[in-house]
Amino acid sequence: MPPAQADTGLAALSDQLILFTVLLYVVAMFAYAIELAGARARRTAQKAKTPALATVGGDTAPPEAPEEPAGPARASDRLALVGKAAVWLTVAGWAANLGSVVTLGLATGRWPWGNMYEFVLAVCLTAVTGFLVMLLRHRVRYLGVFVMVPVVLGLGIAVRYLYVQAGPVVPALNSYWIAIHVSAAIIASGVFMVGGVAGILYLIRGRQDEKGLLSRLPSREDLDRVVQRTIVFAFPVWTFAVIAGALWADRAWGRYWGWDPKETWSFITWIVYAAYLHARATGGWGGKRAMLIQLVGFACLLFNLFGVNLFISGLHSYAGF
Amino acid sequence: MGIVGWARWAWRLLTSMRTALILLFLMALASIPGSLLPQRGIVPEDVVAFYKENPTLAEVFDRLWLFDVFAAPWFAAIYLLLFTSLTGCVLPRLRKHLAEIRRKPPAAPRNLNRLPHHGSYRTDVEGEQALAAAQTLLRKRRYRVVAGPGWVAAEKGYLRETGNLFFHFALLGLLFAIGAGALYGYRANVIVTEDEGFANTVAVYDKYTPGSLATEESLHPFSFQLDDFNATYVLQGDRRGQALDFVARLRVQDRPGAPERTFDLRVNEPLETGGAQVYLLGHGYAPTFRVVDGEGKVAFDGPVPFLPAEQATFTSEGVLKVPDAKPAQLGALGLFLPTTVPVGEGFGSAFPGMINPTVNLFAYHGDLGLRKGPQSVYQLDTDEMTLAAKTEKPLNVGETLTLPEGRGSITFTGVREWISLQIAYDPGRLPALIASSVAVLSLVLSLTVRRRRVWVRLSDGNLEVGGLLKTEGSADGFAGEFGDIVTSLRGVVQPVKE
Ligand code: HEM
Repeated sequence: MPPAQADTGLAALSDQLILFTVLLYVVAMFAYAIELAGARARRTAQKAKTPALATVGGDTAPPEAPEEPAGPARASDRLALVGKAAVWLTVAGWAANLGSVVTLGLATGRWPWGNMYEFVLAVCLTAVTGFLVMLLRHRVRYLGVFVMVPVVLGLGIAVRYLYVQAGPVVPALNSYWIAIHVSAAIIASGVFMVGGVAGILYLIRGRQDEKGLLSRLPSREDLDRVVQRTIVFAFPVWTFAVIAGALWADRAWGRYWGWDPKETWSFITWIVYAAYLHARATGGWGGKRAMLIQLVGFACLLFNLFGVNLFISGLHSYAGF
Repeated sequence: MGIVGWARWAWRLLTSMRTALILLFLMALASIPGSLLPQRGIVPEDVVAFYKENPTLAEVFDRLWLFDVFAAPWFAAIYLLLFTSLTGCVLPRLRKHLAEIRRKPPAAPRNLNRLPHHGSYRTDVEGEQALAAAQTLLRKRRYRVVAGPGWVAAEKGYLRETGNLFFHFALLGLLFAIGAGALYGYRANVIVTEDEGFANTVAVYDKYTPGSLATEESLHPFSFQLDDFNATYVLQGDRRGQALDFVARLRVQDRPGAPERTFDLRVNEPLETGGAQVYLLGHGYAPTFRVVDGEGKVAFDGPVPFLPAEQATFTSEGVLKVPDAKPAQLGALGLFLPTTVPVGEGFGSAFPGMINPTVNLFAYHGDLGLRKGPQSVYQLDTDEMTLAAKTEKPLNVGETLTLPEGRGSITFTGVREWISLQIAYDPGRLPALIASSVAVLSLVLSLTVRRRRVWVRLSDGNLEVGGLLKTEGSADGFAGEFGDIVTSLRGVVQPVKE
């Protein structure tokens, strides 16, 4: 049983760290935006044609050709520098975000996702983690600004409207299942969020030959690939989260599935993402339609997180805040 | 087109991917009303409230099964169609996959340089030797390999389809497990007070919901004694009064004649016995009373479970009924305050834990009305009763309310606690767990494994390698692997020095 009283010093540190996180993410967001706005239109159509010809020179060449815009070298160098700075700001913000979650856990002596405020903090942490991990392996820096917008919004809402003082949770939440079930839900939600952002960009991007501001966005193929990657990762994690939730419900409420509103919406979310995977697997429903399904899935995820807690009462102790 | 033709057409339509997609969507859509409207199976009291507020609308909703969405025939129709479609979809795929697993990788196509992944170089290593080296290399990479005249064909990633099939079959298994659990299981609720016992029989339950194929024999004959219940609350600060922990100490006998064991029942730690689970759902106070009637006899002596009226303070209400009292029956309405503090003119409870327990009583005499039929134990029918006395000031433990005109007395002798339990037996639990574990594991295989083919062809000292990704997505991942293969091949089958 965790202590009845939270450590106030650590709790205050957690509060300060989260403000610091928001600040760093906001600056990073502007830096990403500047880099993107300065970039030239991407000549995606050509490079999409030849996706992955292995060079027989022996080395494993990166499959995606460099996307540096052709232009005055100095300007593009400067922009790249801004972009790099944005990444380092994100890393710093991520560290502060992690610190905030960890100190909250230490302050309360339990897993730090016992209410909506804490849950949103953790989801934003995993969304940024997912983005940073993708950055290591793929050229997705252009996504930075679009990942930062919902993260900053989410953290802002959490700090402004959902904040609760660090403290113990009700006995129903006092279980190791919170570590398993909620952690999986948080990881999946964070990664789904990156996919959702890429999906919205895909729809905005429109056709390849577009001119103007939109042409600075990456190609639809690139975005499609990002979406596919995030969902292929997040869907099994979500499946696991739902099953772990059922196991917990079995221990806590005496049935593994009871169509509680939260259960119902996680099921709906699951079904819709499964539909996305099916849509991609069939020729006729690929592309834009699959993307729309994916975004419906994301909307269901968000409704489950906010809508169900705000409008519908159920057994989930998260509901009250 | 005859009947057979129509049936075949319908079957093909039902098992097509597009139909599966539409059914998936319908299933999601159909669940939505179940989350927005109160459901009888979950919150029956909210359905009653809905009826009171909107009788006509409620009538319409009810006719459409909107208060029982997950038991509605139209909901069942959707998932049965979905699962029929699933069966029709996976059975042929299973047959095809079994054949494919046994088949050898197909021979190398004529023009390897037309493949999306392709490389070539010149070598002077002798043909047999070069191809043997290529075979060893691909085998080491766990490809399935066959060789023909001048070529080697290799394939890998069969686990993708295997995983996918396992996943879909696991979903079918899950459905059967859930169905079996609902048919053969049972669920029941009961209230047990400290120092009381419980034996698992239908008669003692307050509420019993058996599955349609459950019988009396489904009830496992276990019993237990509730020795003590303890709730811990936050004592200070903002969250004062928030519950921290509940423990019920039980002495359990798993079957008649079995040795007794002790068990601490907690919120997330149910008691498992004989296939059934016993869960702690709620708790409350049961003040104990001794009632002496007008003839000087003890007409009642024991606990009376009170229901919490306010969760934050556990101010509880209850009813005392003494049908054996003479010359007239006695009854009382009670208000129990676990931590009594003065509030304005009167008294209230300041804390859910028991620090200063008192009880207020309104005592009646007359006819309890028990002859009229079954009554709720939490309601007093005062139609044929008269108020005899009421407490001026809440009674402390040990204090007595004396009724005027020699009608007797009621003594507040102490407080026990009660717990409400759910007893559930669901034979589909374990199969459902197994099915869903298989589903997750095979889903990971299905989504991460890539089916791919690699060919090597050697003619006139020209060595060609071609690669084909059979499943879409992450082509760049395969490009890396293909590059590695070519590099390793150059290591074992040396190219001609320029
Ligand atoms: C209960 C509903 C169902 C769920 C949750 C479900 C889920 C899934 C998932 C997660 C995949 C993996 C997708 C991928 O490999 O990219 C998949 C693949 C597949 N499903 Fe389903 N499925 C369901 C019903 C069906 C039905 C009814 C059919 C038959 C019409 C079907 C046919 C397929 C096929 C053919 C694939 C392979 C796609 C591929 O990898 O090319 N599924 N399903």
